[in-house]
Amino acid sequence: MAHTLLIVDDSASMRQMVSFTLKDAGYDVISANNGKDALTKVDNAKISMVITDLNMPEMDGIELIKQLRGKPGFKFIPIVMLTTESQDSKKLAGKQAGASGWIVKPFKPDQLLDTVRKFVK
Amino acid sequence: MNVSEQHKEAFREEAYELLAELESALLELEENPDDQEMVGRTFRAMHTIKGSGSMFGFTDIAEFTHDVETVFDKVRGGLMSVNRELIDSTLKSCDLIRAMLEGGGSVDEAEKNRLRGIFSALSRSGSEQGTASASPASAAQTAGRSSSEKTYRIRFKPCREIYLTGTDPVLLLNELRELGECRVVAHLDEIPALEDMDPERCYTYWDCILTTSRDENAIRDIFIFVEEDSELRIDMIDESGGLLDEPAQKKLGEILVERGELTPEDMARVLQGKKRFGELLVESGLANPSQVEAALAEQQQVREVHQRRQNSDVASSIRVPSDKLDILVNLVGELVTVQARLSQTAAMKNDSHLTLIAEEVERLTSELRDSTLNIRMMPFGSTFGKFKRLVRDLSNDLGKEVEMITEGANTELDKTVIERLNDPLVHIIRNSIDHGIEAPEARQAAGKPRQGTVRLTAEHSGDCVFITIQDDGAGLDKDAIRAKAVEKRLIPESAELTDKELFGLIFAPGFSTAKKITGVSGRGVGMDVVKQAIEALRGAIEITSRKGEGTTITIRLPLTLAIIESLLVKIGNDRYVLPLSFVEECIVMTRKEMEESHGKDLANVRGHMVPYIPLRSRFELTGDAPDIQQVVITHIDGERIGLLVDTVIGEHQTVIKSLGRAYRDVHGISGATILGDGTVALILDIPQLVKWG
Repeated sequence: MAHTLLIVDDSASMRQMVSFTLKDAGYDVISANNGKDALTKVDNAKISMVITDLNMPEMDGIELIKQLRGKPGFKFIPIVMLTTESQDSKKLAGKQAGASGWIVKPFKPDQLLDTVRKFVK
Repeated sequence: MNVSEQHKEAFREEAYELLAELESALLELEENPDDQEMVGRTFRAMHTIKGSGSMFGFTDIAEFTHDVETVFDKVRGGLMSVNRELIDSTLKSCDLIRAMLEGGGSVDEAEKNRLRGIFSALSRSGSEQGTASASPASAAQTAGRSSSEKTYRIRFKPCREIYLTGTDPVLLLNELRELGECRVVAHLDEIPALEDMDPERCYTYWDCILTTSRDENAIRDIFIFVEEDSELRIDMIDESGGLLDEPAQKKLGEILVERGELTPEDMARVLQGKKRFGELLVESGLANPSQVEAALAEQQQVREVHQRRQNSDVASSIRVPSDKLDILVNLVGELVTVQARLSQTAAMKNDSHLTLIAEEVERLTSELRDSTLNIRMMPFGSTFGKFKRLVRDLSNDLGKEVEMITEGANTELDKTVIERLNDPLVHIIRNSIDHGIEAPEARQAAGKPRQGTVRLTAEHSGDCVFITIQDDGAGLDKDAIRAKAVEKRLIPESAELTDKELFGLIFAPGFSTAKKITGVSGRGVGMDVVKQAIEALRGAIEITSRKGEGTTITIRLPLTLAIIESLLVKIGNDRYVLPLSFVEECIVMTRKEMEESHGKDLANVRGHMVPYIPLRSRFELTGDAPDIQQVVITHIDGERIGLLVDTVIGEHQTVIKSLGRAYRDVHGISGATILGDGTVALILDIPQLVKWG
């Protein structure tokens, strides 16, 4: 059975790019616009991995990671943040909140897949 | 219109432009199927349509374009050719992409599927063709890999909370396995008793032995997200530099000591027993089973890698009698000479067609020369076995304990240089063991280990190879050298000498400090003969020493002997060749400047006075020197010395020809070469000129 990945980003083009790449590689994808949206979508799904942007309206990525780590099914699943070159402090905050790794924007589809394959087999 | 719609609209605009460009490129391509620029443009346009399409939600376009792009990538790579059918189908694809951009029901699904079928078949067939033609390259890569493979020892001890960050260490280890041949041993000794154990924590740590052609960074990249919180140690334990006849495999105990898991004392104690070493260690509680297992895995892997390398080395080379190589080098030499004539003729005729051909020939000749000379290169390590044997036999004869360490087995040198280097090196190593390394008791009394060390290393530096022979013996006795030199009337009693000059006396003819002649050294040849042999190879030798600590002899050698880069100069009507490796710079010398120096042969080089040899008078040439002459500043044994010539013509590829026996005793000339116009130029032996000047 294919793994289901959750992609959280407020930019539609970004979401589309990521989910197209992942679907093309054979994963199932659930997308969400922001942290709050994501939390409403994860309850009934078995998620293998989360990829989340950090700067988002309503609820940002750091808060989302904290909340997810508090949920029973999300204690051990990999959560990767999408960061930019200039967000080093955010990266640290994300790690402390429980993120597994990060992908620096802009990235190529192959880099995304390399990172995903690090966590999901 | 929201932001995303705006993006889409922007993409549509861009895509229409790209399609228009694509069509014109395709039509041009139909006229000239081999036009690489048009192929490139077609590929790039498809690539952009696909890439941006996927970014902005035109997934159908991106999916459809994917195979078209793949096909043109093959065309670009020369794996497929352009024909009318391909152009036809691509043009139809453009129409289809346009329809998809417009959206709505205008897309002809049947046509889309038909085209997809065509392109996916083409991209597959292309890739089969691709793999077929790529396989020799990848075979070469595999062969190349065995020569650049390194073996690493990786200790990965993740932080106990690793599972809570969503990371599975096993996936990381699997990723490591993908880099090459990998053995993983898990250490379980930190797992606590059941009642103390937290199942959400990771108590296991791992030792991995990885043989890979990738570098350490590639290994670190795998652990990038966990490196900060984990213990990660990467040590390189084996390099392909290790040569076949070197016993590079470490014993189990040595590996454990190197890792700091066992002290040398414990090892010595355990060795008294008779069981297998690993079992003994475990029984005596000095190491746990997984540590021993990890060390054994390392030993096994290194052994296998060596074995494989040995096999592949045998398979990937052919043996050729060396005289065949010599003939080839001679022919290339002739060719270089003829090519110089061709270039000169072309320059004189002022014919642009001829010049073009001459330039092409020049390029090819120089490539041919380089690869031919490269064939003659042999790894210096091929001689190590012989020297190790020499050290072993000699130290037994003399009742000394000496270990030989060799480094730089893969450093390559011209075959002839290696052959001619043998006697000098034997002599130097003999000296080191006979005079340098002390008897075991004397060493112990001096607070040194009983066993002495002779280190033989070879390394590249620019167009030279440095060979060093270093011992940790008694060092040179300056007073004894001085006394001997005075006794032999090599220096006056009152002479004040630097260390370098003093040590240099050892190379003077007839010098020997051994109190009595032993069967080992003092067999007729002295260090003066060694020096001559090295200089005959256009090399240089230098000696440094510290009393009580040892002696280091450094030999500098040119990479090859047959053809050299040189500087062509003119004196009177004759031309001469100076090996470029000695030349530092050229300066102008006017008649006025010469008069001002009052007959002292000194040149002013930016404020420093540099002595020079006036070659015109040295060679007793008749006629007057021109008003403006040139001084070629050379660099020999750390000294700068000039050579005064009429004019400097320029750089020159010199094929060295021997002068034959009749001229062997002429000092200052090491050979001759034939110039482009067919005349002969003599090659100057600069060290000798300086010595006799």
